[in-house]
Amino acid sequence: MSSLALTLSDTLVLARRNLMRIPRQPDLLIAYTIQPVMFVLLFVYVFGGAIDSGPFDYVDFLMPGIIVQSIAFGGFVTALGLSEDVQKGLIDRFRSLPMSRAAVLTGRTFSDVVLNCLSLVVLFAVGFAAGFNFIDASAGEVALGIVLLLLLGYAFSWIFALVGLFSSTPETANSIGFTLIFPLTFASSVFVPASTMPDGLRQFAEANPFTTVSDAMRSLWLGTPAHTDVWMAFVWCVVLIAVFAPLAVARYRRVAAK
Amino acid sequence: MTEDAIAVEGLAKSYGSVRALRGVDFAAPPGSVLGLLGPNGAGKTTAVRILATLLEPDGGSARVAGLDVVRDAAALRARIGLAGQYAAVDENLTGLENLEMVGRLYHMSRTDARKRAQDLLERFDLTDAAKRPAKTYSGGMRRRLDLAAALVFRPPVLFLDEPTTGLDPRSRLALWETIEGRVAAGTTVLLTTQYLDEADRLADRIVVIDHGSVIAEGTSDELKAQIGGERLDVRLEDPADAERAVGALSEMCVDPPTIADHTVSAPVHRHKGMIAEAVRRLDDAGVGIDDISIHRPTLDDVFIALTGHAAAVEPSTELPAVTA
Repeated sequence: MSSLALTLSDTLVLARRNLMRIPRQPDLLIAYTIQPVMFVLLFVYVFGGAIDSGPFDYVDFLMPGIIVQSIAFGGFVTALGLSEDVQKGLIDRFRSLPMSRAAVLTGRTFSDVVLNCLSLVVLFAVGFAAGFNFIDASAGEVALGIVLLLLLGYAFSWIFALVGLFSSTPETANSIGFTLIFPLTFASSVFVPASTMPDGLRQFAEANPFTTVSDAMRSLWLGTPAHTDVWMAFVWCVVLIAVFAPLAVARYRRVAAK
Repeated sequence: MTEDAIAVEGLAKSYGSVRALRGVDFAAPPGSVLGLLGPNGAGKTTAVRILATLLEPDGGSARVAGLDVVRDAAALRARIGLAGQYAAVDENLTGLENLEMVGRLYHMSRTDARKRAQDLLERFDLTDAAKRPAKTYSGGMRRRLDLAAALVFRPPVLFLDEPTTGLDPRSRLALWETIEGRVAAGTTVLLTTQYLDEADRLADRIVVIDHGSVIAEGTSDELKAQIGGERLDVRLEDPADAERAVGALSEMCVDPPTIADHTVSAPVHRHKGMIAEAVRRLDDAGVGIDDISIHRPTLDDVFIALTGHAAAVEPSTELPAVTA
């Protein structure tokens, strides 16, 4: 086998291993299924009535944003898993095997893509049940939105890989993830239009990539005008991958060679 | 002469200002067990990590199975097995899935990997637990699974980093027997341990390291001989006979015998018929013997003599004593 084929084979073996744990750990299964459902229901029915989302029903405004948030956090299991693997010595085992050294990271990020597909199905199901509709969206635009979401999820997998490799324990990974990244999703147009925010926060939200991506999703799925944002969202995802994938790889080398 | 399976020369490694290895040399011929003995922080794990290609040395060279650990690292990984201090198994996978995954990462076919996994589970007495997640395993079962994972690809050289640390005595014994089985099948083993009885039982040769340097090397017997001879202990029926017993035995001794409680201890150089001679002399002197035995020094004694401190907190068992 060529080295590329070997890397691919190792990536799939490890991705399968990462996925097998999900149904065996109820807390993770809940994180990928019940938690997004809970978020949708809370926002639509608790806050929905009080939030002015302009010409749209709040559920239509919310769904693209909340899907962006859920998918961005889909890579979270990578942070947990990697810090666990380092802590428990599994990284040593992998590195002592004649396997691709990249596969530990590519296996992780690839399994996140699969998990994000699962999350998307759940989110669409609860979204439609709560009354979400695509507005003026062609099949191509719906599909492009899904591609953008998976790309965003992939970018965040690398960010979470870095978080996991900087965390000495899975608990640390947990708190870094939720104190650094979670607030970023709120200071954006994920849940409410950025135009409703006070000065300072509003400028921050407008520069926030979560806003760029959420606006792009609304542009694709609800036909809102800001069409320049669509390609900007792709640029953001590519930039995030270009920055964080090499950082995660470099950090992995350092952590592994201790 | 065949090449040594493990050959280490002048190996050095520092972490910042901490010199973990200060130029160590050791070698192990194929099919032998080399024990790397030393307290925590002596540099044992660093040495194993370098030999297992996990870490690059700062200086010196090391060859394993005929391959250089730095230049030929990629090829070497197909010829070594590593079982660590922390049982490196995926707790969420079953025993079978763990071994299958390792087999697949050695690029075995799916059927070969499964068959090999089943064979190993049977050999390691884990068949009943094969379909249970590893997180339900006991400490001893995890170590066995970890060792099985190291053996998936039948490596000619096996590195065991403190394989029995934290195990109960029965699990230790079972693991020792397993390791002995692998050695009998021709595997070369490098074993690190801080337990002297473990090195004594398993290792053909022992390298004692402390603070990153080799401070002694030899067989268990050679190391013990280095710190002197053996001790003849005579437990008396009547403690009042002590002075007479000392008088009877003093000609046999290298140093004057000592008396403690009911027992006279006589430092001796072992020779054929020594016990018979001692019994005869004591009998001639009319001293009644309750028990008589020869004690060889333990590796604990060796370690204390060499380093000035004990090797491990856990007490090691006495060597088998010869009892008349």
